[in-house]
Amino acid sequence: MTTTQGIVISAEQRKRARSVGITYLVLAAVCLLVFTRRAGDAGFKIGESSQFTLPAQGFGWALGIVLVAVAAGQLLRGYGKLSNVVLALATAAFFMSFLAWAAAGDSFSFVGMLQDTVSRSVPITLGAIGGILSERSGVINISIEGMLLAAACTSAIGASLTNLWIGTLVGVLTGVALAAVLAVMSIRYKVDQVIVGFAINFFALGVTSFVSFRVLVPNRDTMNNLLPVMPIRIPLLADIPFIGQILFDQTIFVYFSFVAVALATWGLYRTKWGLRTRAIGEYPRAAGTLGVDVNKLRYRNLLLAGAVAGVGGAWWPIGIVGRFDQNITNGRGFIALAAVIFGRWHPVGALCGALVFALSEAVRLKIGNFDTGIPSEFLIMAPYVVTIVVVAGFIGASRAPKAAGQVYEDQ
Amino acid sequence: MNDTLKSLRFTLLAVVAALFVSAFIIVITDIEALGNGDFGKALSTLGTAYWGLFKGSFGSLRAISNTITGATPLLLAGLAVSSAFKAGLFNIGATGQMLAGAITGLWVGFAFQLPPLLHVPLALVASAVGGAAFGAIPGILKARTGAHEVITTIMLNGIASFTVLWLLKTELFKREGRDDAISKFVEDSAKLPKLFWFMGKRIDLLAHTGFVVALLATFVFWWLLRKTTLGFEMQATGLNQEAARYAGMRTKSLMVVSMAIAGSFAGLAGGTEVMGLYGYASATVAGDIGFDAIAVALLGRSTPIGTLVSALLFGALQAGGRQMQVDTDVPIDLIIVLRALIVMFIAAPLLVKAMFRVKGEVKSFGQTFRGWGG
Repeated sequence: MTTTQGIVISAEQRKRARSVGITYLVLAAVCLLVFTRRAGDAGFKIGESSQFTLPAQGFGWALGIVLVAVAAGQLLRGYGKLSNVVLALATAAFFMSFLAWAAAGDSFSFVGMLQDTVSRSVPITLGAIGGILSERSGVINISIEGMLLAAACTSAIGASLTNLWIGTLVGVLTGVALAAVLAVMSIRYKVDQVIVGFAINFFALGVTSFVSFRVLVPNRDTMNNLLPVMPIRIPLLADIPFIGQILFDQTIFVYFSFVAVALATWGLYRTKWGLRTRAIGEYPRAAGTLGVDVNKLRYRNLLLAGAVAGVGGAWWPIGIVGRFDQNITNGRGFIALAAVIFGRWHPVGALCGALVFALSEAVRLKIGNFDTGIPSEFLIMAPYVVTIVVVAGFIGASRAPKAAGQVYEDQ
Repeated sequence: MNDTLKSLRFTLLAVVAALFVSAFIIVITDIEALGNGDFGKALSTLGTAYWGLFKGSFGSLRAISNTITGATPLLLAGLAVSSAFKAGLFNIGATGQMLAGAITGLWVGFAFQLPPLLHVPLALVASAVGGAAFGAIPGILKARTGAHEVITTIMLNGIASFTVLWLLKTELFKREGRDDAISKFVEDSAKLPKLFWFMGKRIDLLAHTGFVVALLATFVFWWLLRKTTLGFEMQATGLNQEAARYAGMRTKSLMVVSMAIAGSFAGLAGGTEVMGLYGYASATVAGDIGFDAIAVALLGRSTPIGTLVSALLFGALQAGGRQMQVDTDVPIDLIIVLRALIVMFIAAPLLVKAMFRVKGEVKSFGQTFRGWGG
């Protein structure tokens, strides 16, 4: 144990502080060596007719030098309580410098990109909340992908045959049904949770591909054809410049995911249910001794998790695409699983993880139009690289709920 | 009844249950036949489908060859997942490691002119090293920064896929006269001999000696676990990392080494596909194998023999599934469902016991790995 500015820090924290410092140095190097290579002003559109410009080269030089200083400060002294603020400012500035470099001599819709980010984060966030609710109760949930995929398929069929509300409801029920399989198999029949989760993923992939090929393709017009929901402008809030368009001119799925994050956070940390849920995920024996019906609560939370993931699955056909395609989720459920770990099993953390991934995806789609001299393959892999850098450089170790994966037996 | 017989009975019952549920899915999705009230036709489709499944996997030498061809990469990639499980790590990154091994093996395969006796082993070693190097990355990241391997391996799969896509279009790898992502052919001296070479020139027998490599790798995995200190320490770390550390084991280096070993198995899977089956690499050379390998490892309980048997089963289902798709209008995707059900039912002896009303005590299996909750 050593002290810095009067704060006691452990060896683990010191190590993390050092890796954050090294990451700052890497960012500075990228700024100086790459972002200073393209000259010209980059236009960032932030509204219908308003935009601001950044000189790509000058900004790169300035930020690079500032980042070196920030890194020195981090490595030599640390920023104590301000370290998260410094981190947020540094990454935001780095991100702007990157965009200025990519769009040098051109302009693009900055606000559109952020709006796209928020929309794309929905299934990842909702899937991650499904993961958090089950893992916080002590059941590993690898099957988020399967729940999203199956719900996407059934909600497309439901919505094509009836209406969007019933379609979404069918998606929710599908998520609940798969969650029930996970619950019954892992709680009642004591099957290893990782195995059940993976089996559910394969089952969902197989059945939806099978149904898509055998039923949906021949009946395309009647069973797999719908009009997705339109964005809803929230009065007043949507008129706030910049922010309004990003957050309050979105589909109902986006609002639902915000509400879900808020409710899950409040529920887990401020209610009796949340205390019990966290208890059965960490130390079920103690909770059980104090009179909590561990397995009953696990059943309930898993079904709830399935319902939330079901809404996430319905986002594809009903929220954006208008139909179901084979393997439409394309691994987003695993990204959601990564977001759960990224956010350390906290809903807000998972939302941040989902936003980081969705942002890099939205950036890739916008930047793909510019000729930066970098092969498109490297732009496509940006979300993956960014996630690794953020996890390895800034987040570090995360610990799962202690009882996750273990069978609980009443005594 | 002794234990082996009992567990064999449960395995068979589990497969029967899985076939039964799949049959149900085939029949209820036969909308046209059921719509006409023609239940008999739906049933006969089912019969043809299952007969095709058997015929295509074991019905002829060609079918057996197809089964082996499918099982080869599944076994090697399955070992990559199993060995990581044994060390308490969840390796979702077999796809990326396969791609890395495919690329390094491919490069050695076309860049050198050597006699076959030297070229083949050298290319195999190159693919193992390529896979090991790529596999070590999540190990190093976890040991150094604590970054969870589930996140990093998923992301590294994406990175590997797009890097390979880019590499295949570079001058070094690009096939002359092609603009898409498809590589040069490896030299003939770097091609793995066919497994059934003694049958004369039968080009329909695709099975190659990559299967022998896979069997040797399975033996190496068994030997590592049973006969070496390293294997013992890996398993100790997998069971309880804290205890292993208190016992003086260097758990962080073990993490890196375990992931490198896992990566080398997956790298061989990529290399043998290139050198034995395709003769070149494309962006889809790894396909879904890295993902299916997780099911192989889970079904095989991460043991060497278990992984071998489940890889053969999955290879057979894949080969049979293709035949089924040809003979009926039942899509091959049914195989994915069937696999899922088999994995589920075999892992759930308590459920199978309840379904078939088997009497007597049944033990449920323990946890696959303890890396998640600790």
